[in-house]
Amino acid sequence: MSAPVLAERQPPPSAPAAPAPRSPRDRAAFRQALRRNLTAHGFLIGAVLCFSFFSWYPMVREFFLAFEKRENGATVWAGWSNFTYIFNDPAFWQAWRNTLLFTGLALLLGFAVPFVVALVLNEFRHGRGYLRLLVYLPVMLPPVASVLLFKYFYDPGYGLFNRVLGAVGLPEQQWLQSTDTAMLSVVIAATWMNMGGATLIYLAALQGVPGEQYEAAELDGAGILRKIWHVTIPQTRLVLSLMLLMQIIATTQVFVEPFLLTGGAGPEGATLTVVQLIYQYAFTFNNYGSAAALGLVLLVLLAAFSAAYVRLSRASEE
Amino acid sequence: MTRSGMIRPRDRRRHAAALASALALAALAACGTSSSDDGGGGGGDAVDAAEAAAPLDPAAKVSLTIDCMPPATEKAELRQWKEDVEKFNEKYPNVTIEGKQTDPCLEPPRFTAMLKAKSQPDVFYTYFTDLQQVLDNDGATDISAYVNDRTVPALKDMDPGVLDVLKRDGKLYGLPCSNYTMGLLINRPLFEKAGLDPDRPPATWPEVRAAAKRIAALGDGTAGFGEYSAGNNGGWHYTATTYGLGGDIVDERGTGAAFDDARGRRILDNLKAMRWDDDSMGRTQLLKWGDLQKQMAAGKLGMFLAAPDDITYMVQNLGAKYEDYGMAPIPGQRATLFGGNDYMIKKGISSDKVKAAVAWITFKFLTPGKGQFDWARTKADGLPVGLPQPAFWTGATKSADDKARAASSTMPVANFRAFTAHPVQGRHEPPKAQEIYKVLDTVMSAVLTNEDADTGKLLDTARRQVDQILANQ
Repeated sequence: MSAPVLAERQPPPSAPAAPAPRSPRDRAAFRQALRRNLTAHGFLIGAVLCFSFFSWYPMVREFFLAFEKRENGATVWAGWSNFTYIFNDPAFWQAWRNTLLFTGLALLLGFAVPFVVALVLNEFRHGRGYLRLLVYLPVMLPPVASVLLFKYFYDPGYGLFNRVLGAVGLPEQQWLQSTDTAMLSVVIAATWMNMGGATLIYLAALQGVPGEQYEAAELDGAGILRKIWHVTIPQTRLVLSLMLLMQIIATTQVFVEPFLLTGGAGPEGATLTVVQLIYQYAFTFNNYGSAAALGLVLLVLLAAFSAAYVRLSRASEE
Repeated sequence: MTRSGMIRPRDRRRHAAALASALALAALAACGTSSSDDGGGGGGDAVDAAEAAAPLDPAAKVSLTIDCMPPATEKAELRQWKEDVEKFNEKYPNVTIEGKQTDPCLEPPRFTAMLKAKSQPDVFYTYFTDLQQVLDNDGATDISAYVNDRTVPALKDMDPGVLDVLKRDGKLYGLPCSNYTMGLLINRPLFEKAGLDPDRPPATWPEVRAAAKRIAALGDGTAGFGEYSAGNNGGWHYTATTYGLGGDIVDERGTGAAFDDARGRRILDNLKAMRWDDDSMGRTQLLKWGDLQKQMAAGKLGMFLAAPDDITYMVQNLGAKYEDYGMAPIPGQRATLFGGNDYMIKKGISSDKVKAAVAWITFKFLTPGKGQFDWARTKADGLPVGLPQPAFWTGATKSADDKARAASSTMPVANFRAFTAHPVQGRHEPPKAQEIYKVLDTVMSAVLTNEDADTGKLLDTARRQVDQILANQ
């Protein structure tokens, strides 16, 4: 009898659910455990209900919506027709091309710039707090205000950027109004608006790198670039890889910046993104089935990418 | 740790629990799937025609919820609404009107969500273009049997084209409260400054181009003509321009695009010439509704295609003055795009409620001399009178309304003479309008942002895309 009692007193953290209590003593222990956990379950149930109604249920509903359509006032089974519709829509491929372009450019700018800024900030001994505030300030601005600011900067007629280019004798640009520069212009604005948060996270990670390692590297004759390559990046790899994953997921879902800067599609559809297309299907064409189908495609691709990324990261760690 | 098999026993339990949760949620989702036959009892569609045509029973106590009551910030309009409710209750003391303040009256995402949730008020506000969406969501009552010369006395003098927009398969689903046709809005001070006669506005596209060039020559960032090319508004205006020149966007059978022709290329070539050769359209493009109004109210734009209520928007929101603007018919004048708004009645409500709703809409919006057509009161309340909108009356009712409107006008109605003296036949939007506008937006944005745009190629691509949209109907 002693072994089960010991097991009850010291349950291993990953033990399977306890078997049904057999003796009165077992039952008392079970009731005690239940009472002990009741409060925790009480707290948990609120969160579970919230997630169920506002997160999981809409996801399941979206899955069904992707296979439904409205016909003469009734919801009918649509089979794969919503998917056929989106794959046949010329805007579908254009939106994916644009989204991938945005993601690529955002990685070049939005991933590298905050890291470099964090590196620079980390070197300052004085006024670091003020500099952090300055870098973070754009994040505190409402996105609409930031976008309006950039809309003014980019205006080809009276915008600030063209005035600056003109003042230094460079040719003026069409910025948001040219298919060549529209997406780059959106990325620049988005990077400025969002880099503050990433910079602070990188800065926190950099401050955790032991100073001795830099000293050791210096003794070995390493310059700045080699110190970054051999000390900083390996030491912050976990944060960097997590931020990379989050950034790719976030940029693939870009919506606000192009929507406000170019009115959505931009010149010849150059800034139409996947999430904008979903919005258009749902709220402009009232085609919820196709919106759900495209949302599902995006979800599957992002989930597959995240899974592959995590697996590769684990493999490289091992 | 080693793994024996694909899934560990503990994981199996987890997966089973996850599957059970998913199935439970799926069942919940299936329960949430709406169907069409939630009639709600008594609603209009199944009601006896003779019974429906009869007036509202004074003994029946009815309570109605109604969309688009003016917000508290619009004091005069709200006061008028309350006065009208009181007067209506003198005739129908058995009807309780519960107005719902919504500002603006309709926002597409909110409207769509409202229809999906079936949470629209008993009497709800829509745009003419929303009929298909409302029917897809089984949201409106067929009111054909309720609307006749007894319940809507001025029915015989209502433009049948306006009522047709609210019909599907011969059934009527709404009653209009306002309508508009698109024309050419001009900035009179800029016309005068450029040596042009604002009382003889351009009537053709070559005249528009010539006038735009002269206005743009004033300099200081002034544009002669403005056009949309974002937010589907570019496609919308391309459609209006095509109608003005006698063309069409979709063929008669509604199965193919009809804009890829010499006329379509002429429209784009003209815009391209104004934008790039004449430099008379300003350098800022990708504009959508609201942008051109700002430019014009700031005195920086000479002309753009608009409806009369664009002037009201500029006066009420951008500090403009009515006397600075004039309207002309759309260039070409073969036809023009029309639109408007209306009230529909929620499906599933009782027959008495439908009758009360028709009585209220008629009293407030469709009775000459009363409600919104009480121009003397509108003037006394300091609100504008004189815009050529709404314009859905014909015959004797139109003559009487025009007279009453002119007698109480608060703006120089002569500025709209070119527009009102030459009414252009209104045409409604093509099928799949927003999807087609999206395609045509690309064409418009290309012409206005790319100096080397190939108009023939653009139209060819757009035609193929629109053909595909129509094939998927």
